Amino acid sequence: MAVPVAFFAVFFAYPVAAIVRRGLHADGAWHLGRIADVLGQPDIRHVLWFTTWQALASTALTLLIALPGAYVFARFDFPGRQVLRAVVTVPFVLPTVVVGTAFLALLGRGGLLDELWGVRLDTTVWAILLAHVFFNYAVVVRTVGGLWAQLDPRQEEAARMLGARPLTAWRTVTLPALAPAVAAAALMVFLFTFTSFGVVQILGGPTFSTLEVEIYRQTSEIFDLSTAAVLTLVQFLCVGAILAVHAWTVRRRESALKLVDASTTARRPRGAGQWTLLAAVLASVAVLLLLPLAVLVQRSLTAPGLGYYRALTDADGGTFLVAPIHAIGASLSYAAAATAIAVAIGSLAAAALARRDAGRLVRGFDALLMLPLGVSAVTVGFGFLIALDAPPLDLRQSWILVPLAQALVGVPFVVRTMLPVLRAVDVRLREAAAVLGASPWRVWREVDLPMVRRALLVAAGFAFAVSLGEFGATVFIARPDNPTLPVAVARLLSRPGDLNYGQAMALSTILMVVCAVALLVLEKLRGADRTGEL
Amino acid sequence: MTLLSLEAATVRLGGRTVLDAVDLAVAEHEIVCVLGPSGSGKSTLLRAVAGLQPLHSGRVLLDGRDQAGVPVHRREVGLMFQDHQLFPQRDVAGNVAFGLRMRGAAKDERAVRVRELLELVGLPGAGARSVAALSGGEQQRVALARALAPRPRLLMLDEPLGQLDRSLRERLVVELRELFARLGTTVLAVTHDQGEAFALADRVVVMREGRIAQSGTPLQVWQRPADAFVARFLGFENVVEARIDGEAALTAWGKVPVPHDAPQGPCSLLVRPAGVRLVAADQGLRCTVAARTFKGTHVAVHLQPADAPRLEAACALRSAPETGAEVGVEFDPAEVVVLG
Repeated sequence: MAVPVAFFAVFFAYPVAAIVRRGLHADGAWHLGRIADVLGQPDIRHVLWFTTWQALASTALTLLIALPGAYVFARFDFPGRQVLRAVVTVPFVLPTVVVGTAFLALLGRGGLLDELWGVRLDTTVWAILLAHVFFNYAVVVRTVGGLWAQLDPRQEEAARMLGARPLTAWRTVTLPALAPAVAAAALMVFLFTFTSFGVVQILGGPTFSTLEVEIYRQTSEIFDLSTAAVLTLVQFLCVGAILAVHAWTVRRRESALKLVDASTTARRPRGAGQWTLLAAVLASVAVLLLLPLAVLVQRSLTAPGLGYYRALTDADGGTFLVAPIHAIGASLSYAAAATAIAVAIGSLAAAALARRDAGRLVRGFDALLMLPLGVSAVTVGFGFLIALDAPPLDLRQSWILVPLAQALVGVPFVVRTMLPVLRAVDVRLREAAAVLGASPWRVWREVDLPMVRRALLVAAGFAFAVSLGEFGATVFIARPDNPTLPVAVARLLSRPGDLNYGQAMALSTILMVVCAVALLVLEKLRGADRTGEL
Repeated sequence: MTLLSLEAATVRLGGRTVLDAVDLAVAEHEIVCVLGPSGSGKSTLLRAVAGLQPLHSGRVLLDGRDQAGVPVHRREVGLMFQDHQLFPQRDVAGNVAFGLRMRGAAKDERAVRVRELLELVGLPGAGARSVAALSGGEQQRVALARALAPRPRLLMLDEPLGQLDRSLRERLVVELRELFARLGTTVLAVTHDQGEAFALADRVVVMREGRIAQSGTPLQVWQRPADAFVARFLGFENVVEARIDGEAALTAWGKVPVPHDAPQGPCSLLVRPAGVRLVAADQGLRCTVAARTFKGTHVAVHLQPADAPRLEAACALRSAPETGAEVGVEFDPAEVVVLG
């Protein structure tokens, strides 16, 4: 417990405190009025307004499109269901930069729709909304569908036997059971889209800017660190509020539901209505989730003889000090280091949280761990930038800075993966081992470890994928001569010319393949003991 | 020689006293069965002895040594859990050998002992089987072998046969008794099933709300329940408030004859069903037959007097009256027990 707490104190609380100080403290005095000043600016108010409504719209659109998907994946049995279920999860771990690039290739200038019908959406808000749906489809399918699949169909049958019509039975029995999961999923989607950075950065152009993008712009383009700090604080408070509501809905979700094995509840669709629904869901998955990725790959191959890929090995494009291809090696080693840190910290935290006798304080730490996930990468990156570049802790020149930031973002995933498994280990199994003469350490090695080994691998994989695609924090602190893949993609996109564009597509494709492979391996590992959570 | 003794052992959980100053001694080679309804604290008693549940006050002594501060894994007692808690990721042999491994036994030695124990519990050659593939009865046997393997000083069983079906339970209880007698194992078991307790134990301890209500051989407890609670828990329904005056007791059922040496004054009275004799309707206490249930060797007849609690009578199969019949009731003093 002490190690994770110390880790978070130094690499999260301290940077956040530094942001507060930078934003509100000047000339030896506190200036709380600065908050009002900054929020009073029309530009900033516009950003706040846009951030909120696009998040609401994205959430509504995601629910609209993904809820039928959740139902279909939960209750229908059809060929390829398992594979497709894994495939729809891929977008969630894809780097935001890849998603932005893919939608640019689909909807942007010279994109597929532009070529076919002369339609461009990259200057409209639709591109952002669709990209957000792409991202969060899996959140809804996994959270809601996971629970839906485990609801006992006999509950509805019991209602039918008591005289309820099918729709009434669904409305009175299934819907109330699902409602907390829907609320939790909606809040997660709202949170992710509220703090969206990479997607908006690439697709938003100069017109649309969320809080995150604005913080980045204030920092790296206008160099107004104190405004950035105030904005970060505003964001921090909003996210804290959302997370608090989320924690509350999750607690409500843990109310006693009669759950059954998910593999027993699915059956073949019956009747024209259900087949139509299945077809519609599959079509929406194909158009929204698969098409953008396919277009991305196709665009990266348009130069003759894999030209864009070969260009990646040249350093003379002028965009970088080194050839873009080196970003792959840098990314992989950063991600490996970040994974090691995240797994170590995350497992320790999960083990402490899983104890039955964990007090309020410890459970509060659970919520705290989620903060970096929601508080947004940009906060983490910006915090690192201003807090860890001066004594007592000067890590600016150290390579460890990037893995540390990425680990901070990865830890919540590790905790989320490990915690249910650790909690599921029956206390009495540990007691049985102790009575048979196993010391506490032996108990952990003999009972806990064999059971969590798989979860540990899955957690490591998640942390790796997340670290690999991490953009918001890394972009602040990655050194120019040693960019990671997402940072390199963003930089290529910011330059004019077909070659840069093509190279961005090629590099994104590589990143996507690495992440997708990592995730599909994880799905295989998770196998039957998958839970409803992401 | 006393192996285990509890001295005023008290456990409080969430403001409730689960074990209330319990004194209990178990001699070497003795089989003691703690009997009580759910929530009476009997499982907590086992957990306190194992060291899984810290005592609020009082002491647990094994071989005369205070166990305070001795961690679970050093107490060298065995505990068979209610739902067995076999390690799912190990096979049968891996489960049985676990305790031996923890004590650092050599590989050959473990293999010999595992084979020996699997034979003992009637599962020879099952070592390589997965525990998930075992039936309930087999799991119970493996759990027993696992608990016995490290030769614990004291073997504790928590509802050992609770989850098995009736016929299997009756067979296993005989096997267990024979096995423990042969091995000379000291056993402390808890159960809520009186049949199981009486069949297994040398001595039965009845618990109620964290206290010991009665302790004695199965015969003593069965013949002379200590109080109305024990009598009712053992399944006797004919318990009534009474006042003894001379050789009869005044009850809601009228005058009931009592044994000669009965103490005078107010008490609870138990009339065994065999002591409720049916006579002609115009004699004794007049009752209506409310229900009859077939019990194999006899019929239990439920009788409703005009304005008194129901009575249960045991009748021979052929002479049992029909439901709705009017009968008279007389009492046999030999089957009447004066409770505390």
